[in-house]
Amino acid sequence: MDTKVFDMNDIDIAWCPGCGNFPILKTLKRALAELQIKPRDIVLVSGIGQAAKIPHYFNTNVFNGLHGRALPAATAIKAANPALTVIAESGDGDMYGEGGNHFIHTIRRNPNITNIVHNNMVYGLTKGQASPTTQKGFVTPVQVSGVFLEPFNPLAIAIALDASFVARAFSGDIEWMADILKKAIKHNGYALVDIFQPCVSFNKLNTVQWFKENTYYLEDHDPSDRQKAFEKATETEKLPLGIFYKSPQKPSFEENVGIYEEKQNPLYKRDLDKKKLNNLLETFKMRL
Amino acid sequence: MSKGLSSHNPKNVSIVLCGQAGQGIQTVEYLLTRILKLTGFNVFATKEYMSRVRGGMNSTSIRISSDPVRAAANTIDILVPLNKGALQHVERNISSQTVILADKEIIGEDIDQTKHKFVDVPFTGTAVEIGNKIYSNVVAVGTMTGLFRIELSMASKYVEKFFSTKSSDIVQKNIAALKSGFDFGAGLVKSSKINFEIAADDTVENQVLLNGAEAVALGAIAGGCNFIASYPMSPSTGVLAFLAKHGKTFDIIAEQAEDEIAAINMGLGAWYAGARAMVTTSGGGFALMTEGVSLAGMLESPMVIHLAQRPGPATGLPTRTEQGDLELALYAGHGEFPRIIFAPGKIEDAFYLTQRAFNLADKYQVPVFILTDQYFIDSYYNTAAPDLSKLKIEKHITQTKKDYQRYELTKSGVSPRGVPGFGDGLVVVDSDEHDTAGHITEDLDLRIKMVDKRLKKGEMLRKDNVPPELTGPKNYKNLVVCWGSIYNIAQEAVQKLGREDVALLHFKQVYPLPDEAADYLQKAKQTIIVENNATSQFAKLIKFQMGIDIDKKILKYNGLSFFVEELTEKLKKALN
Repeated sequence: MDTKVFDMNDIDIAWCPGCGNFPILKTLKRALAELQIKPRDIVLVSGIGQAAKIPHYFNTNVFNGLHGRALPAATAIKAANPALTVIAESGDGDMYGEGGNHFIHTIRRNPNITNIVHNNMVYGLTKGQASPTTQKGFVTPVQVSGVFLEPFNPLAIAIALDASFVARAFSGDIEWMADILKKAIKHNGYALVDIFQPCVSFNKLNTVQWFKENTYYLEDHDPSDRQKAFEKATETEKLPLGIFYKSPQKPSFEENVGIYEEKQNPLYKRDLDKKKLNNLLETFKMRL
Repeated sequence: MSKGLSSHNPKNVSIVLCGQAGQGIQTVEYLLTRILKLTGFNVFATKEYMSRVRGGMNSTSIRISSDPVRAAANTIDILVPLNKGALQHVERNISSQTVILADKEIIGEDIDQTKHKFVDVPFTGTAVEIGNKIYSNVVAVGTMTGLFRIELSMASKYVEKFFSTKSSDIVQKNIAALKSGFDFGAGLVKSSKINFEIAADDTVENQVLLNGAEAVALGAIAGGCNFIASYPMSPSTGVLAFLAKHGKTFDIIAEQAEDEIAAINMGLGAWYAGARAMVTTSGGGFALMTEGVSLAGMLESPMVIHLAQRPGPATGLPTRTEQGDLELALYAGHGEFPRIIFAPGKIEDAFYLTQRAFNLADKYQVPVFILTDQYFIDSYYNTAAPDLSKLKIEKHITQTKKDYQRYELTKSGVSPRGVPGFGDGLVVVDSDEHDTAGHITEDLDLRIKMVDKRLKKGEMLRKDNVPPELTGPKNYKNLVVCWGSIYNIAQEAVQKLGREDVALLHFKQVYPLPDEAADYLQKAKQTIIVENNATSQFAKLIKFQMGIDIDKKILKYNGLSFFVEELTEKLKKALN
């Protein structure tokens, strides 16, 4: 499939030139095209922020909701119609800060969705404040003496919660990113893809060059080894990239909700059986 | 004390059971109300309880009558205090007519022989003889069945059914407990110590016995609800539990969300993908949902919100009742967008209004509220079974074409709603201001068009309304006004007044208010509003929407709803 099916005509993109969002946008289109998934069968769900604008540059179904709330909406969309490919995508502030509670519980719930997080370690849309993943010592207009909060470690948290698929990519490496995204989308269950990306306007520390020097790809790593995955996720010297962890196959949220065992049709194609409701009402007559 | 009660009010008896949480009062209430209904008596029950799992003091009030009975009374004809202190908990409602049936061994010290009519019933001793003091609850049920001359075999069958999952030994012991209690109750009747003249009512048999939570949940099923996400919060949780219990039968996904924010965002995601979703919550939880309500406004998404009120601010009185969140529901959510607020008065209102809420939410793509409260949720009575034959689930989903635009500008303001995967079009929705395709825009001229489009729907909502209900004489001089759960209480109170110049106007849709409401109010020489809050929120809404001042206000905000006798007295005073 040609990636052009996902192109929008005549759009004014709100990102800065050189932003890491551009290669992510391009690579996601490529991954979906290579997987032969049609625009009408995809829903891109996002929150608020620069990364969260990605659905507006993508020709597909879109639910651009509230700041931090992409995951609950995405979970329900998938549950209401499991035939859809649902991708929840936003930045580190949206997914790990405002939406932190949903991040934790969506992992526990395990819907069959892909969660892509653009992680540039800074707030872009609100202009340069610390994000949950900002490294210690980083000075901003608000964190004037430098960040002293411990950085949020999404991968370690996901592995601790036995997330079904945990990976990290880098926006500067399209081939690897495309491969990881395809595997994440194909995976049955919740899949986290944290993507390192530069913010050319507000993060002068974690630049493309910095990411190149401070990351490496996992090799000979067994993603079913949870202890090892956790160890890798907590490394700080150099940050690993690749697929960290895949939990042994467990049922997805949709498989657990109990209404898709006998029929697979989405909720909008189902109708109330009035006879069953009449039977239920009958029980409230409290007869012997 | 012979025939003391029969001369008092034999056709309408009020029983109060009082004890600690965890003592099994709920079991007594459950068994007794069902057995009474099976006998053909009209029955009403409500409870008040403390916010704790064990201990404290809780009470259940049951009214039994030859005629329909649907509201809480504070008169106690029979009091069953199950432990020390129980009597004092309801002391203020004990009168010279109250007969106290109690175990002297347990609560002997609480009895004041000079003012209490007391009959010693050895509930515990009998239970211990049977095998364990836990059977004392069923001894109490048995005493009541004997007292009301209920067929013992029928009551035994029901008790057997109730304990059917337990061992046969437990079933037999419960039946023995029932029989011992029954003999005692029948003995009291025989010795003419207590005598009631309650007659069975033929219509009761075919009626349903429902509480507010069940009525809301059943109405949701009848409205085609197939998705509920919520966070447990008293008194709203019953609706979530009910739909979870029946989820498999009716293809309903019932999910306990991590918080109320997740709950409403799940609900909106579900509607987007074609489900019919609702949330159920109470004030504090709803406060967390307000951004989601605003999102429903912007996405033009349908949403059904059951808001079961309890006293605030903040945690307030978690297990008590109040009509304090009307203004919260009315103004929740930033920005300007239309909404509908229903407030059921009768049990059947809760069923039909919730059913209707799903259709209206889908039709107009707006949030629709069902505003109940703890009193309404926890009260039940027998009422006509809902008629499903005329109910229709109106689905307003369109199969999209390739050039589909979610926010196409139309004359009515309502754009055809597509769902992803149904048709060749793409469905784009955005919390930002958006163009007709649904994509983000900062075109300020388009902004005006979109605001107008959303608000235009509000005009339609005002016309497509549920009118207020007038009971009593049409040529009234005094008009008692109420909304939501007050209906049955006010109805009985006004009836008790027996005045030809007083009528009752009840609103089950409180927003938007229909134009005809003004005619009713303007016709009255005097208007009196009855509300279960401190600031008369509905009177303020009437003033704001119709410019009409309410003359007198009867307000209660101690955490309990009104009692019929109490409201009757207050109305008498207000009318003089």
